[in-house]
Amino acid sequence: MIAALTKISGEAPVTIWQTETEIPDVDLIVIPGGFSYGDYLRCGAIAARMPVMDAVRRKAASGTRVLGVCNGFQILVEAGLLPGALMRNASLKFVCKQVQLEVTNADTVFTGQYRQGEIIRCPVAHHDGNYFAESETLKQLEDNGQVVFRYANGTNPNGSVNDIAGIINKNGNVLGMMPHPENLIEAAHGGNDGYALFSAALGIAA
Amino acid sequence: MTIPNEIQITPELIEAHGLKPDEYERILALIGREPSFTELGIFSAMWNEHCSYKSSKKWLRTLPTEGPQVIQGPGENAGVVDIGDGDCVVFKMESHNHPSYIEPYQGAATGMGGILRDVFTMGARPIAAMNALRFGEPDHPKTRHLVAGVVAGIGGYGNSFGVPTVGGEVEFDARYNGNCLVNAFAAGLAKTDAIFYSKAEGVGLPVVYLGAKTGRDGVGGATMASAEFDEMIEEKRPTVQVGDPFTEKCLLEASLELMASGAVIAIQDMGAAGLTCSAVEMGAKGDLGVELNLDMVPVREENMSAYEMMLSESQERMLMVLRPEMEAEAKAIFVKWGLDFAIVGKTTDDLRFRIFHAGDLVADLPIKELGDEAPEYDRPWRETGLYSPLPAQNIEEPEDYGKALLSLLGSANNSSRRWVYEQYDTLIQGNSLQLPGGDAGVVRVDGHPTKALAFSSDVTPRYCEADPYEGGKQAVAECWRNITATGAEPLASTDNLNFGNPERPEIMGQLVKAIEGIGDACTTLRFPIVSGNVSLYNETNGEAILPTPTIAGVGLIPDWSQMATIGGAKVGDTIVLLGGDGTHLGQSVYMRDCLGRADGPPPPVDLNVEKRNGDFVRSAIRNGQLSACHDISDGGLALCLAEMAMAANKGMRVEIDCEIAPTHGQLFGEDQARYVVTISADMANFFCMSAEGAGVPFRQIGTVGDDQLTINDLLSISVEQLRNAHESWFPDYMDRDIAQSLID
Repeated sequence: MIAALTKISGEAPVTIWQTETEIPDVDLIVIPGGFSYGDYLRCGAIAARMPVMDAVRRKAASGTRVLGVCNGFQILVEAGLLPGALMRNASLKFVCKQVQLEVTNADTVFTGQYRQGEIIRCPVAHHDGNYFAESETLKQLEDNGQVVFRYANGTNPNGSVNDIAGIINKNGNVLGMMPHPENLIEAAHGGNDGYALFSAALGIAA
Repeated sequence: MTIPNEIQITPELIEAHGLKPDEYERILALIGREPSFTELGIFSAMWNEHCSYKSSKKWLRTLPTEGPQVIQGPGENAGVVDIGDGDCVVFKMESHNHPSYIEPYQGAATGMGGILRDVFTMGARPIAAMNALRFGEPDHPKTRHLVAGVVAGIGGYGNSFGVPTVGGEVEFDARYNGNCLVNAFAAGLAKTDAIFYSKAEGVGLPVVYLGAKTGRDGVGGATMASAEFDEMIEEKRPTVQVGDPFTEKCLLEASLELMASGAVIAIQDMGAAGLTCSAVEMGAKGDLGVELNLDMVPVREENMSAYEMMLSESQERMLMVLRPEMEAEAKAIFVKWGLDFAIVGKTTDDLRFRIFHAGDLVADLPIKELGDEAPEYDRPWRETGLYSPLPAQNIEEPEDYGKALLSLLGSANNSSRRWVYEQYDTLIQGNSLQLPGGDAGVVRVDGHPTKALAFSSDVTPRYCEADPYEGGKQAVAECWRNITATGAEPLASTDNLNFGNPERPEIMGQLVKAIEGIGDACTTLRFPIVSGNVSLYNETNGEAILPTPTIAGVGLIPDWSQMATIGGAKVGDTIVLLGGDGTHLGQSVYMRDCLGRADGPPPPVDLNVEKRNGDFVRSAIRNGQLSACHDISDGGLALCLAEMAMAANKGMRVEIDCEIAPTHGQLFGEDQARYVVTISADMANFFCMSAEGAGVPFRQIGTVGDDQLTINDLLSISVEQLRNAHESWFPDYMDRDIAQSLID
């Protein structure tokens, strides 16, 4: 993720240690994937309770853009910044493959450089990406257009409800998604479908 | 001098430690007294087959290990090979066979952990992993359980640690019913001027324990791994360690940070035989003694004895000799990463290995002799029976070529391994250029604009069984060929030699002849062995595995924009067969899987032809001439074409001349040193002229196009049908497991 952000923005992102209590003013806060604390407890549960997450909450509340990918999505959910839960994949197995995503809301600060309904390719790599929310929450998410990415064309790899791959908060500045757009940003990856998400979030021309 | 010893050393105790009576006599002669219980454990740990290579050492010395590119050959935690620009690749393959059969998830997980630690102990950041897995026949009651557990264990550790798995092998054969094989490979990148070694230097310097705490897990693991299995196997479960990939990830970051700080004089990971092996190795290599005070060792269980602490194989631990003036700085790094850091001893000038526990001296042994004076055997061996020639004319043809091809594509051993590799993170780190399913995995060299590394792991055990010498050669040649097929220059290799009980002359003969074949191939192909591992006693109730000398190799691609892939064929491209027509059906998968026969000699490898053909293919790839390239191996030309068609998602129209050689030999023969390439039609004649100039046999056999694979009027199958056959075997097989367990 650091390599991808560096490549796209032209400068290396600031990294913040888990016990920090302040985050400097930045364009985008990214919580990347990566089995925080081994995920021996519920995925993301321990990371969500580290001191730095209070700072993330404050920044999110003040409108800073926050992106959580994979374990980062799980952490945002555990931290209460996004609703619902991420359960074990329906297959009960880790899955790493390319899937298709439908951009179901192109009117967000993260997806503005995609077309509404556009189908993009994106890799996934997770053991616990089976998104679930109880019916009332789910209805709100759907009604408010908070479902931003949906697995398309039968490629749902984990059994998530309504094929949900990524959701955004009500204020539209906190996005969590299981797929890894940072691993499809250049020709060497076999495509750059993920690039536009970062360029939009960072305010860079597509 | 005596050392208090509360436990009587009896012949039974000696045997339980895997030591033979004459080996015990050797201990008595060496130390001039009866060993203490802890000392007996230390000898057992150092002198078992796994740690001492006592049966194989004589033969391993014959392997070529040098070359201008080699910075460090065998003898360290991993081999080191120069890739230019101040960078080097550090790699090794190691087995975790015995523990994986006893406890598949943790056995395989800690196999990953161990090989990753071997790589980063040398100062390298791991960038790629592979796994060569071999299981019993699919219908054996234990096989599914082992496959599920081993694959989940490798994924569970490697995915969490954060290294992409870019290649490997999965094979089934009844000869692995009682012993599965889990051979784990890892490679890392380092700077050539920042490699770290295990040789201690300086007297009176602190010996520091790093990483996770010591528990009772894995006590005696290396000794267990040096014995055959019998029906008491369940009792061996406590000898398997438990992995903690998160701690390993922290240990990686902390170790690299520590190395960059300049505090490290020598460093060694605690693998087999834990504290014992690592301390002895560091001292003996540096001509120094080591004194350890076990009261300072971080433990996670109470009342551990000196014996247990010295033999524990708890994971994610390292031992280091530290520059004393940097202690505070070094400790701060480990505290930051939440890991233990404890000074547990010091280096001495008297070449003794001294252990104190609760104020008592519990071991006092000569450190050099623990390693150097380990028994070394020149075990009797005999060459196993070789098969007489078996021409294709004497082997029956299939009634229906289409059916034969589909059955091979959908067979246990040639079907797609997607079910396996989709459980591994193949993309983490963002540098993967070629994923499992092609000839070799390819990963970019981070920080370099154009360079990439190619990785492959290969061996054909049925060839090794039929002719260990040719089989050893073929394992090296196929690995070299797979790396070449991406356009990479093969640099060096690592060997993981899995065999049965070396005390049986026919098994020892397999080992001797396979090593001879490996050595000849590595010499001719300039593909030196820079690291490796030997796993013997892979037997259960007297039945040995197929001889399985796994070879894993690394190659360098100077510019990855000019690499070749299996799936790059374009409509209208000409298909060219390079290296000659297929004729050899002995030991082929056609005979095994379609006819149920395992006869004949394996295909011989002409190493000079292998080199000539490979060098030609590589130069064509680097000139940008080829749209796709794939080597011909199991299943011959027919399977090769089918795999290329599926990968490109395009059909192929192929014509072979049935007059020149038997048709089934041409389509299913496994003759070596051959490739299929595709090339744009306007370049094809020019390309074939250059092949002729290079002395490489070539034949234009067809054109890429439409959605069928058509060969003469012998077969015509849609790519979709090929794919269905190829993709369905593995998930069907594993899902039957769930269905079966519901019935049971």
